[in-house]
Amino acid sequence: MTTIPASWFLVLAAVLFGVGAFGVLTRRSALIMFMCIELMLNAVNLTFVTFARTMSDIGGQTTVFFIMVVAAAEVTVGLGIVVAVFRRRSSTSVDELTELQG
Amino acid sequence: MLATVYAIPDVLVFAAATLLILIGALGVITMKNPVHSALSLILALMGVAVAFLEQNADFLAAVEVIVYAGAIVVLFLFVIMFLGVDSSGHPQVEPLVGQRWLAALGVVVTVAGVITLMVNSHWVSGVMSASTGGTPMATGSDGVTQLGQSVFTTYLLAFEATAGLLIIAVVGAVLLARRERPADEELELGDLVEDDAAELDDEITEEVEQ
Repeated sequence: MTTIPASWFLVLAAVLFGVGAFGVLTRRSALIMFMCIELMLNAVNLTFVTFARTMSDIGGQTTVFFIMVVAAAEVTVGLGIVVAVFRRRSSTSVDELTELQG
Repeated sequence: MLATVYAIPDVLVFAAATLLILIGALGVITMKNPVHSALSLILALMGVAVAFLEQNADFLAAVEVIVYAGAIVVLFLFVIMFLGVDSSGHPQVEPLVGQRWLAALGVVVTVAGVITLMVNSHWVSGVMSASTGGTPMATGSDGVTQLGQSVFTTYLLAFEATAGLLIIAVVGAVLLARRERPADEELELGDLVEDDAAELDDEITEEVEQ
């Protein structure tokens, strides 16, 4: 068990989440946006593990286990959608998907 | 001064994890080439795995490396290679004026707000009892046993539900990624067979003529 206080890990996780959110907001390639979502998910996982240690409760780690399963399923379906969009558009840029624009 | 409060190895491990995570995360959002972004993502995920290890989450650290760095990033790379590497969405393109500054402002405000909230609240101080109803965490290799018991007893229903989720995800991915009109494929196949037959006929005719 480490002697590092929980707040260090929580700040690190908050910064990692911020970097991921910035990437989602500024990058236009659907693939890069997916990777940034993975970064944000991992920031949340890190927070869960930190609280599991701080509160000495295994439930936090169990939650991270389930988040990983859901993330794997999400990436599978998401990349399938990207491939389907690419077939139709020959591009993965989200700026070109403007059919619903008024 | 730091060493008087915290053990030096712990601080070094934390610094290594922080460096890996930050360099990797910044690499993901700054690299022009999607392949380089995916490789930076591996770096960040390795850093998260180190942070898991330091916090007594051995099994999750292994799963992080195997599932994330192993399977998910390989899936990303596979799709990038499949679609062809394009830099159309590279960081220099800014379709909305001021978008990047607004995004940076929003992110800084959010992160600073979260950290301020954390500083001013008591729940990060580590003062917590087992009265929350959860199972108290074991140390060392017992942690893996405990996690397994937790998954297969308390959270058994959720675990079974993930099986259904994974089946649905696989079926959905196959449905999304298959060719749009299977009838075309059959037609092409039929044409191919006819072409082959025609060529074969020609060859036979030539041979006979010779």
